[in-house]
Order: sequence, then C-alpha cells, then structure tokens
Amino acid sequence: MSRYFWQKTVSFMLTALLVSAITFLIVQILPGDPALLLLGTEGSPQAYEQLRNELQLHRPALVRYFSWFSGFFQGKWGSSLRYSLPVTQLVAEAIPLSVGIALCAVVLALTLAIPAGIFVASNPQSRVAQVLAAGSQIGMAIPQFWLGLLLIQVFAVRFTLLPAGGSDDLVGLILPVFTLALPRAAVLTRFVNVGLSEALEEDYIRTAKGKGLPWRTVLYKHALRNGILGVFTVAGLQFAQLLAGTIVVEQVFALPGVGQLLLAGVLQRDLPLVQTLVMLIVFLILIFNLLFDLCLGFLDPRLRYD
Amino acid sequence: MIKGNSFMTKRNVWGIIAIGLVMFMTLLGYFYTPYDPSQTAVLSRLQPPSLQHPFGTDHFGRDIFSRVLVGGRVSLFCGLASVSMGAAVGVFLGLWSGFQGGFWDEVSMRLSDGLQALPAILLALLLATVWQPGVAVILWSVAIGNVPIFLRLTRTQTLKIKAQPYLEASRALGASDFRMMFCHTLPNLKDALLVQFSLSLAGAILVEASLSYLGVGIQPPQPSWGRMLRDAQSFASLAPWAVLIPGFFIALTIIGFNLLGDSWIHRRYR
Repeated sequence: MSRYFWQKTVSFMLTALLVSAITFLIVQILPGDPALLLLGTEGSPQAYEQLRNELQLHRPALVRYFSWFSGFFQGKWGSSLRYSLPVTQLVAEAIPLSVGIALCAVVLALTLAIPAGIFVASNPQSRVAQVLAAGSQIGMAIPQFWLGLLLIQVFAVRFTLLPAGGSDDLVGLILPVFTLALPRAAVLTRFVNVGLSEALEEDYIRTAKGKGLPWRTVLYKHALRNGILGVFTVAGLQFAQLLAGTIVVEQVFALPGVGQLLLAGVLQRDLPLVQTLVMLIVFLILIFNLLFDLCLGFLDPRLRYD
Repeated sequence: MIKGNSFMTKRNVWGIIAIGLVMFMTLLGYFYTPYDPSQTAVLSRLQPPSLQHPFGTDHFGRDIFSRVLVGGRVSLFCGLASVSMGAAVGVFLGLWSGFQGGFWDEVSMRLSDGLQALPAILLALLLATVWQPGVAVILWSVAIGNVPIFLRLTRTQTLKIKAQPYLEASRALGASDFRMMFCHTLPNLKDALLVQFSLSLAGAILVEASLSYLGVGIQPPQPSWGRMLRDAQSFASLAPWAVLIPGFFIALTIIGFNLLGDSWIHRRYR
C-alpha cells in the first residue's frame, strides 16, 4: 500500500508544480507585455508604471513564478487589482457555494448513474434500458448552459415549482445541482454499463451461475465489484469537468460563486485574481483525483502489488 | 471483419444526418439568408416562429433563422482549426516519444499530465484575461487542450505497433526512424485518430459555445450560437424559442460528431 501511496502522491505533487508553472508562465511566454495588454489602450504612462510595479515585471519571470508559487501555498494570494481586496477574502466568500454544489452534484451523479448503469447492463434488451442508453448519449451532448436554461423554462417559468436561481435558500440550489449532475451522470452511466457488461462476460461469472448462485448474488457480489472499479477512475476525471462546469452553471443561475468571481476577473482583466483562482480550481481537481486514486488502490488490491 | 458494408451502421446514419444538416445550413448561410442576420427591426421584435420568421425574432427584431444559418460557421471553423492544430502537434510528439522512449518520453508524459489537469475552459479564461476575448483565445486553448489527448493516444498505439514484426523487418532493411514513424506507424493509427478527431471536434464545439455564452468567446457583431443563447437568456420567459433554437443546433452538432466517432469505434472492434 505504501509504495502505491507514495507513487501517487509524488506524481500529484509533480503535476501540481507543472500546472502552476503553465498557469503562471503561459502569460509570460505569449507575445506582448502583460502590463500593456492588461491596461489596454486607455492606460496612462503612470498607470502603466504602477501596474508594472504591482506585477513586479522588472524581476525575471522565473523568480516571480517561484515567489508566486510559494506564496500560493502560504495563503499569500495578493490582492485583486480591481476590487482592492485581498484575494483570500474574495475566495473565502465564494468558495463554500461552489464546492458545495459541486460535491452535491458528484453525489447526485453517482446515485443516478450507478443504478441506471446496472439496469442497462443487466437487461440490455428491455425498452427502458434502450431509453436510458439513448438518454445517456443525448445527456453527454447537451451543453450544460442550455440544459440549465431548459430546466429554468420548465420548472421555474412554466410550472413555477422551483426558483430559477439565487442562493438565499437551499431550494434555489436544486436546479443548479441537477444541471451540473445530469451530464456527468450520463457519462458515468455509460461507464458503469460498459464495465459491468464486460465483467458479466468473464469466465468466473459463468462459474458462479453454473454452481447455482442466485442471479442477485452473481450480479452484485461477483460482477459489480469488478466492473465498477473503472468508474471510480472516471469519476475523478469527471470531477474536473464538473468544477469547470460550475463556471457556466453559476452564470446561468446567477450564483455568486468562484466561477462568477473568475469571470468578473477575466472581464475586468484582473490577472492576479484570475491566476490564483485558476490555480485553486486546478489544485482542487488534482486533490480529488489523488483521493479517487487512493480509494481505488484501497478497493483494488491488484493495483497495490503492481 | 466486415469492412466495406459496415460504414452505414445505425449510429453512423444518425451522425451523418445530424452533421449533414448542420453543414448544409452553414454552407447555405454563405449564399442565402432570408434576412440580413444583423438587420434590426424594432417593430417586429420577440416575435414567435411564423411563416415570415421560421424561428422567430430576437430582442432586436433580428431573424433567428438567418442568424442560425450564419452562427455555425465560426463554431465549425474554430473546431476544425483548433483540433487540427492540437492533433498535429500531439500526433507528432506521440510518435516521437513512443519511438525514442527514455528521458524525452518521460518529459512529454509529465508535460501532458500537467496540461491535462488544466481544462480547456480555464486555459481560455486565463488567455482571455491578457488578450482580448475572441477567436484567438478559443483557437489556442482548444488546440493546447487537445495536444495531450492525441499525444497519449498516439504514444500508446505507437508502442503497440513498434512491437509488430513488420516494423522489425523494416528496421532490418535499414529504414530510418523517420520513415518507420511516418510510413509504417502513422497509416496504422488512422482509424484511432479519426475516432478521436471526431470526438475532439464535439468537445471543441462545446468549449466554443460555452465560452461564447460566458461572453469571452466570439464577440458581437459576429453571430454565434453560444452568444445568441447568452443574449436570449434575459428574455427567456418572453421568448423561449430564442433560447431553444440556438441550443438545439449546438446539441445537434455535438451529438452528430459524437455518434460519428462512436460508430468508427464500433466499426473497428466489430
């Protein structure tokens, strides 16, 4: 276990280092003076000098990168150029909402996808299974923002069952969570289905059936345990998609989360804020991937002895 | 192995119909639109679909049908151009690191790990902060986002093909690495790459639409489906068709490319 654990942890740290380097340096490598680009055409020479000082552009890019990187892990996230507030404060206000709906959506997606996938894999010929499979194909293709707008149209405008957004009470978060979860559930259903269908064709399933075990035991105890492992790997990757999706969903439902903060930062050309938020989101993605990998190592002994 | 006939599988037919419709409408948009797509008409704004305006009009009175005809071309162009760029770089690096192995293989794998952890939409937001939001942002972010996908795919397949006897034979006959990469390995990757290209196109169109919806993608006056959704959102309860129709075409394009890619997978493993 410990070797697997260390391998995964070291590769996590390497990736975090690389992504942070990409996030910080891509802006420096690309042509153009960041300060000039950020100011646009209206900047005065004084404002230009001030911005250059704030971004510390007189220092070499690598030096700036390392001070930014070590600052990121010490919680020294600097202050936003436009809000004149520390980034930590802005993030602290926005992050509970975003991470909250993302986690709810992960749980919802898994609770929808696992039974649906099991059903499709165990009765592939039935009408319901074919509808579910087609639904999962369509669910993968529907743009998240369109789904959100459709849900608003149906549940908030036509039937007025649920509010169309707002974060004042938990009822307002039902539609955003569903909007986030449904496309992920569609993808996961497919993976549960594929994994389980493959497991059901194995020899040990035939043996289990042959020795007279009830179908229920064969399905849940023998096939599912082996077939569902791949889903956990995919679930980790899906979480990355999901966090990126919160940006869009927060825009649809006007929720004041990290995505809205990030978008405001982009439109106001607030580079320190955007860089920190992008790094933060990527960091969350990586941590979740690491956790999923470790869970998988715990669940699947084969991985530990590789 | 049925190769010739299996092209017209059921999925493939639906995929071809969807993509064919989108392509046809986009091409039609170059020659004919019933109205000028940016012509505003205050008197006829927010009109429901009718004979004059098959898809209705938006809040400026612009004909949505004409805008849909014109709005797809940037999406398709961005998708094709950026996925091609990403694929070209990724395939080249994948072939190279598959053949060379060792240190450079390790470097390119770590680099692709790093790039893969950065979703294209975040990369685009980062680029849009420094540059002006626009087509360049989409092109670069989707292209960079596709490099690791193609790199990994090509590398895995290259390693498999490298172990085949015909490559050993060509090495024995004195073929250079370059020749083995491009004349013997690359043609065998064609099917896998086509599948991924189609799936990546679907992904690219989704990213473009999302960015345009967020307001950091394609900028007005250039019409795009994503942007049309953004503009229609404030009037969604008055004019639901203005939300439904552009979104439907985005979804149709994505489903089409997904089905095409899928049907190639089924064709390969039949």
